[in-house]
Amino acid sequence: MTSGAVPIEILLVEDNPGDARLTQEALRDAKVRNNLHVVLDGVEALAFLRRQGKHAAVPKPDLILLDLNLPKKDGREVLEEIKQDDQLRHIPIVILTTSQAEKDIIESYRLRANAFVTKPVDLEQFLKVVQSIEHFWLEIVKLSRP
Amino acid sequence: MSPPPRTAPIEVLLVEDNRDDAALAIRALEGAKLRNRVTVVGSGLDALAILRREDRFSDAPRPDLILLDLNLPGKDGREVLAEIKGDDMLRDIPIVVVTGSQDEADVRRSYGLHANAYVIKPINPKAFLEAVGSIEQFWLQIVRLP
Repeated sequence: MTSGAVPIEILLVEDNPGDARLTQEALRDAKVRNNLHVVLDGVEALAFLRRQGKHAAVPKPDLILLDLNLPKKDGREVLEEIKQDDQLRHIPIVILTTSQAEKDIIESYRLRANAFVTKPVDLEQFLKVVQSIEHFWLEIVKLSRP
Repeated sequence: MSPPPRTAPIEVLLVEDNRDDAALAIRALEGAKLRNRVTVVGSGLDALAILRREDRFSDAPRPDLILLDLNLPGKDGREVLAEIKGDDMLRDIPIVVVTGSQDEADVRRSYGLHANAYVIKPINPKAFLEAVGSIEQFWLQIVRLP
């Protein structure tokens, strides 16, 4: 179980503003205090994680929610880069995508995604899925937080 | 959209040498909504033998999910984790580490070795049942397994 003292920092990499807003809403009501940071493309995600440019003062995320189809740099490339980086690979990455393709599922696990979740189209289902992610990763899992 | 209905039961491999913990985990998993079948092995060597279908395990089904204790007789859970995640035939099977260790070094090392999630085993049996129930709920109902 995770301590409630320091909020959990979540990085959401999502180019669809509607989905980002919904995720934000679902996480706002979470039992565990958390801060959600949203970036819109793969290049910005890596800049955030490496604290480059305007991201110099951002906190290190404890959990990453990553869409696969992203502008500039694809989610698959972002996943691979993070999981090959000794400074970042311990951060769990949950793939959150509309893709249901078996190929994407297998490729993501091979690239070391921690979990693959298909984004439901239905609004209520979408909220339920984000809440399940929140419950498992924020309340049950022990994240790596020095 | 929830994962499409599967005809075959979900195969869970539980690697746990403590009989009481194994019995509790089986109770939690078999009481689950989805049809799943739990196989228990009590050592790291048996875990690898079953995954590689060696000797008496030649007919063993391939697990869809592995719950792995870290402190195991014979071959340690950390070694088992490293071997599975270093094996191209096995690395896409999600592994949830379920352990008594709260040590940040174990947490970080496990994620570094590509454990999919790290859960600290609650000492209280009721809390333990709930934790396994949450693992079941997330991994078997929300996540798309490979």
